[in-house]
Amino acid sequence: MSIRVFVPGDAGAVAVGADAVAVELEELALERGFAIDIVRNGSRGLYWLEPLVEVETQARRMAYGPVRPEDVASLLDAGMLEGGRHALSLGPTEEIPFLMQQTRLTFARCGVVDPRSLGDYRAHGGYEGLTKALTMQPAEIVEQVKASGLRGRGGAGFPTGIKWETVLNTPTDGKGAEQKYIVCNADEGDSGTYADRMLMEGDPFLLIEGMTIAGLAVGATKGYIYLRSEYPHAEIVTNAAIAAARHAGMLGADVSGSGKAFDLEVRMGAGAYVCGEETSLLESLEGKRGQVRAKPPLPAHKGLFGKPTVINNVLSFAAVPYILSEGAEAYRDFGMGRSRGTMPIQLAGNVKHGGVFEMAFGLTLGELVNDIGGGTASGRPVRAVQVGGPLGAYFPPSLFDTPFDYEALTARDGLLGHGGIVVFDDTVDMAAQARFAFEFCAIESCGKCTPCRLGAVRGTEVMDRVIAGTDVEANLTLVEDLCETMKLGSLCALGGFTPFPVMSALRHYPEDFGRAPERAAAAE
Amino acid sequence: MPATDEMPLVRAAIDSHCGVEGAALPILLAVQETVGYIPDDALPMIAEALNVSRAEMHGIVSFYHDFRREPAGRHVVKLCRAEACQAMGGREVAERLSRKLGVDFGETSPDGRVTLEAVYCLGLCACAPAVMVDGRVVGRLDGEAAERIAKEVQA
Repeated sequence: MSIRVFVPGDAGAVAVGADAVAVELEELALERGFAIDIVRNGSRGLYWLEPLVEVETQARRMAYGPVRPEDVASLLDAGMLEGGRHALSLGPTEEIPFLMQQTRLTFARCGVVDPRSLGDYRAHGGYEGLTKALTMQPAEIVEQVKASGLRGRGGAGFPTGIKWETVLNTPTDGKGAEQKYIVCNADEGDSGTYADRMLMEGDPFLLIEGMTIAGLAVGATKGYIYLRSEYPHAEIVTNAAIAAARHAGMLGADVSGSGKAFDLEVRMGAGAYVCGEETSLLESLEGKRGQVRAKPPLPAHKGLFGKPTVINNVLSFAAVPYILSEGAEAYRDFGMGRSRGTMPIQLAGNVKHGGVFEMAFGLTLGELVNDIGGGTASGRPVRAVQVGGPLGAYFPPSLFDTPFDYEALTARDGLLGHGGIVVFDDTVDMAAQARFAFEFCAIESCGKCTPCRLGAVRGTEVMDRVIAGTDVEANLTLVEDLCETMKLGSLCALGGFTPFPVMSALRHYPEDFGRAPERAAAAE
Repeated sequence: MPATDEMPLVRAAIDSHCGVEGAALPILLAVQETVGYIPDDALPMIAEALNVSRAEMHGIVSFYHDFRREPAGRHVVKLCRAEACQAMGGREVAERLSRKLGVDFGETSPDGRVTLEAVYCLGLCACAPAVMVDGRVVGRLDGEAAERIAKEVQA
């Protein structure tokens, strides 16, 4: 029997050479007469160790990494295929501390299974949630999701069960059109976040199962996954999984022999950050400019093509199968306060141990950055972390006692967003980061509302004057005033939250803006 | 590609996607993939097929960063310029790459060899800085890697 060897096909692993490693391994194994079966799995999410190669031995899986193509020969010499020792040995994968410390509910299978194999998915507990859901009434499914305390993992943190309940209870238009939709927001545009991508590349059946359960819960028969064009690897793997699910009768007119219909389609975006905003995404799916809609009406009432629509993030749907199979209580038991369950936190940027760390809410920023992330990759002191993407606040180490949960971050003028943490060392120029926040908003603004469309451009210009040292105090007052206007007057989070990175940078790092710390303290 | 060869490709893109819900993006993406850009003459054809005005069609195409209105270079280099890459020296890499290629972001070199574009996040934030070269992703870039890429696409 051939030995299973896992070489991730995850885009992050491929970006650091996994394809070349797989080719080298295949060629050398053939040359030396080893029968191996290379599985292109997802990533375990330990990116500083990628490409991380695993060998399935009788007892357990043994890990090696980071592996370069030129290491393969010596790995085979060292008996890697029997789990032999080598300088790149990491021991049994499950015992790597970064993994051992986690509570992987959503990412339980990611990096473990062959993402294209429905059989592998089932062998690892897949579709147990759907099986349970098929025995339940729609309202019971919704009740489970509500009771779990799951909140939208895309950024807004709205309770998922309430959203579903609204769609379930929204009558269709009565003109014979009974259509409701399930839409997955896979437009993961925030820098520092990549959990959606990893999941779609590493365990796409989980997303498919979660969306199918949502369809059963609210009576929708059609689902769309709106995926950003920057993720071509995720597109390929997810489409392969959808085809496999359809072939096996897990999608289509008769899901798992239940007589209920649900089918799915991946739709690609075309490079617009704002399409991660749910109403803008719906416009884009309808084939229009991705401009934000005013709310109300809520998408739950009038969503895609004006029909009742559940729109959730990838991670929200992916949390649902566990909730159904293990029960709402099991999920709710994790977490703190009103932040229940687990969150796949993404450590990124200048961090020694960058990767996905799924854990119950409640660890502090300091624990995440220093203990788990190991500090900076450059070895220099941490100066700032940006939490929650380009619209999230910058935090200095003096605030590292902040717990990672929705309310605690909000209380400190930040946001959890999609769970990304970008680490910067002491070479960062916070005035440049504040300027970039405005610039990014200007590039990506949909143009519908004035505070965002004009404010972002003016903000960039004013920051240029601040950086040039021109009339600094007066211009900073202008920045503060502009931020207030954008925050209160913008239609969506793009314009409304751009003030978070700007104002936090100004508040915590006044010296970078040519403002004396005393003056800043007095202003607070 | 001579312009005469483009319109059958546009027609094929329209025919294969016209019937789906919200067909505009699938059609435009298919045109861009097969033709390489969205030719001016394609807009009235797509507008007619979707029963929208040409102005609306123009509005859709111009909204999305991905759609090109003219052919790209033979190689397309998309460098991430977002925060996680900035934190790992992305600004220096961007400068070096742009200088070596002799083009600014958003431009195609006069010899038509290469187009350099900024993207805001490739989702490779734990192996930053990152770039996509003709669809191939490369992470953990430094100045030398940037120069290697420049050399490769100019060859």
